[in-house]
Amino acid sequence: MTLTQHDIDQEIAAERAAYRERIAEGAPAGHHPRRDYAPYRSSALRHPKRPPVTVDVGEDPELVELHSPAFGERDVTELDNDLTRQHTGAPLGERITVSGRLLDRDGRPVRGQLIEIWQANAAGRYAHRREQHDAPLDPNFTGAGRTLTDADGRYHFTTVQPGPYPWRNHLNAWRPAHIHFSMFGTAFTQRLVTQMYFPADPLFPYDPIIQSVTDDAARQRLVATYDHDLSVPEFSMGYRWDIVLDGPHATWREEGR
Amino acid sequence: MTANGTNGPGGVPPTPSHTVGPFYGYALPFPGGEEIAPLGHPDTVTVHGYVLDGAGAPVPDAFLEVWGAGPDGRVPTADGSMRRDPASGGHLGRNGVEFTGWGRAGTDADGHWYARTLRPGARGRSAPYLSVCVFARGLLVHLFTRIYLPEDTAAHAADPLLSGLAGERRATLVARDEGRATYRFDIRLQGEGETVFLEYQ
Repeated sequence: MTLTQHDIDQEIAAERAAYRERIAEGAPAGHHPRRDYAPYRSSALRHPKRPPVTVDVGEDPELVELHSPAFGERDVTELDNDLTRQHTGAPLGERITVSGRLLDRDGRPVRGQLIEIWQANAAGRYAHRREQHDAPLDPNFTGAGRTLTDADGRYHFTTVQPGPYPWRNHLNAWRPAHIHFSMFGTAFTQRLVTQMYFPADPLFPYDPIIQSVTDDAARQRLVATYDHDLSVPEFSMGYRWDIVLDGPHATWREEGR
Repeated sequence: MTANGTNGPGGVPPTPSHTVGPFYGYALPFPGGEEIAPLGHPDTVTVHGYVLDGAGAPVPDAFLEVWGAGPDGRVPTADGSMRRDPASGGHLGRNGVEFTGWGRAGTDADGHWYARTLRPGARGRSAPYLSVCVFARGLLVHLFTRIYLPEDTAAHAADPLLSGLAGERRATLVARDEGRATYRFDIRLQGEGETVFLEYQ
């Protein structure tokens, strides 16, 4: 039996109702998805059934997880944050600039750390061999980049607006346009991989990945803001997206890195 | 935490996690990601194993990040894990001399991964271990675990994490000695023999 969008819509609604009920019973806000989110079918056999074991970092400040691997100028070239200049020609699509700050939960900047991104091209096709979507590849666009945050925790990418694309979670499943982001903090515990979305995408209600974040305010934090000040005259549309890393860290011992 | 946009310690709400999806393969892996140990270092260990799902099937679209102290217990501070070549825009690879302590190891089509790194030294109250972070399609939030090595039995008894775990659960965190400084460590995401995964607070 084919799984339809209607089936998924009902599951998404049930998950949201269950979340509201937990909140009404006094549960804390759920900032992250649950790993066992049924509407995203690939999660079914890939989530632990047992609860995680808690490590109290206050009991042992020497844990290696309270430190982060280091990245430096050797790991990133100057052009790595410009995805439109990796080939001999210019990629097709609407050029965009994406910028923001990498912060911890105290609102402090995370300096000199690595941000990696990857995305589909303007037609909604990834430069990946296993990608089966019948949309054109762009010989002038790979769609992978990286950068180090500056002294204010700021990052900056130039790329093209990725297209939405179909996938096989259910019949007529489409992912809203997004850019994948991977971040390191000052502690390995702050490691984060996520996806940035674009404002007011009509696909949001239908997509079980973004809907896996059942808290409305948390889900909104995955959506960038159009920022006219970041638009570059005669060149690109600008989007602002700040990233806040979760997880304990050890800044009481050393500021920044 | 229930704070909503308020500043102050821990008061800024975090950005939610998402899955890496199926198509990270042309962006995140890099040449030499698994070869963390400096070339010819006498304290080199190889850790390897399978990532398995709840049906016992290998997971071919997962990757691990391994992060550990050096043999002296110190936290590595060298960068250069993924040195880039400004001339070609490609990767230069590690320099084979410095120890960054961190690497990225993808599973192959059989769901198998490996990493060569330095035998970690003990820090604080813990027995020696390698910290591991697992990412996969289908996994909405990454999973942390640890690889302890089997010859540190005495230290395991005093380790704050291991000593609090029942026998069969604890065994999921201890690699099996295969000789020649090679250790087997399978990661079972779900079901029988499920690996102990960690959260930090």
